[in-house]
Amino acid sequence: METSYTVTSMATMATQIRRDVLRMVHAVSSGHPGGSLGCVDYFTALHFHFMKHNPSQFNMSGNGEDVFFLSNGHISPVYYSTLARCGYFPVPELATFRKLNTRLQGHPATHEHLPGIRVATGSLGQGLSVAAGLALQKKIDGDASTVWALTGDGELQEGQIWEAVMFAAHRKLDNMIVAVDYNQKQIDGSTGDVMGLTEWTSKFLAFGWEVLEMDGNNWDDIMKVVPQAQSKLGCGKPIVIIMKTEMGMGVDFMMGTHAWHGKAPNDEQLAKALAQLPETEHKDY
Amino acid sequence: MKSYEILGQKDTRSGFGAGLHEAGKLDSNVVALCADLTGSLMMDAFKDEFPERFIQAGIAEANMISASAGLAIGGKIPFAGTFANFATGRVYDQIRQSVAYSHKNVKICASHAGLTLGEDGATHQILEDIGLMKMLPNMVVINPCDYNQTKAATMAIAKYDGPVYLRFGRPKWPVFIPEDMPFEIGKALMLNEGKDVTIFATGHMVWKAIEAGYALAEKGIDAEVINIHTIKPLDRDAILASVKKTGCVVSAEEHQMNGGLGDSIAQLLSRELPTPMEFVAVNDSFGESGTPDQLLEKYGLTTAAIVAAAERAVLRKG
Repeated sequence: METSYTVTSMATMATQIRRDVLRMVHAVSSGHPGGSLGCVDYFTALHFHFMKHNPSQFNMSGNGEDVFFLSNGHISPVYYSTLARCGYFPVPELATFRKLNTRLQGHPATHEHLPGIRVATGSLGQGLSVAAGLALQKKIDGDASTVWALTGDGELQEGQIWEAVMFAAHRKLDNMIVAVDYNQKQIDGSTGDVMGLTEWTSKFLAFGWEVLEMDGNNWDDIMKVVPQAQSKLGCGKPIVIIMKTEMGMGVDFMMGTHAWHGKAPNDEQLAKALAQLPETEHKDY
Repeated sequence: MKSYEILGQKDTRSGFGAGLHEAGKLDSNVVALCADLTGSLMMDAFKDEFPERFIQAGIAEANMISASAGLAIGGKIPFAGTFANFATGRVYDQIRQSVAYSHKNVKICASHAGLTLGEDGATHQILEDIGLMKMLPNMVVINPCDYNQTKAATMAIAKYDGPVYLRFGRPKWPVFIPEDMPFEIGKALMLNEGKDVTIFATGHMVWKAIEAGYALAEKGIDAEVINIHTIKPLDRDAILASVKKTGCVVSAEEHQMNGGLGDSIAQLLSRELPTPMEFVAVNDSFGESGTPDQLLEKYGLTTAAIVAAAERAVLRKG
């Protein structure tokens, strides 16, 4: 995407996307605001700055452009808002999220042909393998563009993730940059309580990956670490960014808890949340 | 009645291997993945000629299926091969979400299906795979009957844009389909015309259905034998036309009765043309170790079983 976005303008866009996320889940009293809010800054940075992609001319194959896969498909609100705001489909369509006959299914799907979505995700663990498959296709065909993917940290409990991690290292898929949303929370509580093995950096290193760590809610860190990750493209190893985020980021009463993983705000809570995120020049849908 | 000449004894998995090799020559987008069973699936010819298009996926079938979806997104035509058990039950969710729901052009290539895997036993003898796969929207399900048909089917599905489940087996089996017969997805193949009973068969049971037709002729029963190599989409016109003529039906398959070919035909007939029907299939049971012939005998998948079923069906016409 040809972009003139600065950190300041991306931060403004991120605020608008946070408003979208909250309004989308509120409208249907369902969806996943917590993880969505935590990942807004990374989604914004990728889609408005780092990715080389063509939102207005969506091509399923992704040949010759950067492609992003959301493996933890439940944070679809941030995905949809970002895709719409950067031009994949009309922003007003966000109002159809999770409603009958929508292209914006509860979890991302290709079945309704929403531009920007290339595979159905939501059953955890599969998206990383799909990303690895496309990265391999790009290798075979000499396509120098990058495959980006995001997984949850709870999602790393899925066995298939480690199949994909082995596969990507074995095939030397150094054209993919994966971020792990390290918010340390999942539906039933903290990741440490649910399944205590959370030393991800050493695990990915042991599997032969390049590993970077980043604060995914800090613009300075994002603008420093993502280029570092890009500088490692082509060096023989797949790249992972352990991205620390705060679930519910931007709304004080949604932070520091896993309670908002899959719960929508009521009218009063929405008003309280939106008051902390003033409407921007991009306007509500 | 046509008398079929046995052209040789070959395994259908070798037909797959030969078809994959040909498909690879015809289309450079064809890629093959295998989960550590390259030799068992006869994929070596493809691997040797196109090493850059052969992807060893290791014993990690879930990743193999989803990665195939990723390859398909970029324009490749992935043929992902392993034993039928691991190609379906083990990775059902990956097939459902990454492939079928997402409508990816992935060919799931499943060898060693059914009882005729033999001595390895029930852990490896899947008898539920047709049912699992045919329930998935968007999925085409094909179970060819001999080496030549498997080879032709493999080449045909490379040209079809969409998810396909291709089922084949391990044992050497009579080859009788002409080498040059093209494969038409979804088109039933008339093997012998008759007027008293229709035998619909798929996979290895097709040859036994032909043999049953000969035996029934000696008993004065004129059996029509039709090869349903494509269980989904089902060739409803061919099935209804035959059943209108014969008035009773036998299905024969190396699969559970629940969820198999017979199920699909019964569902069609119950709606369109209620007809007496008998099933030759495994009856709600797992398999076990043994030679293929011993197992087919023990679980009732024999020529004699088809003959007996046809006789019962004819009697039920009243």
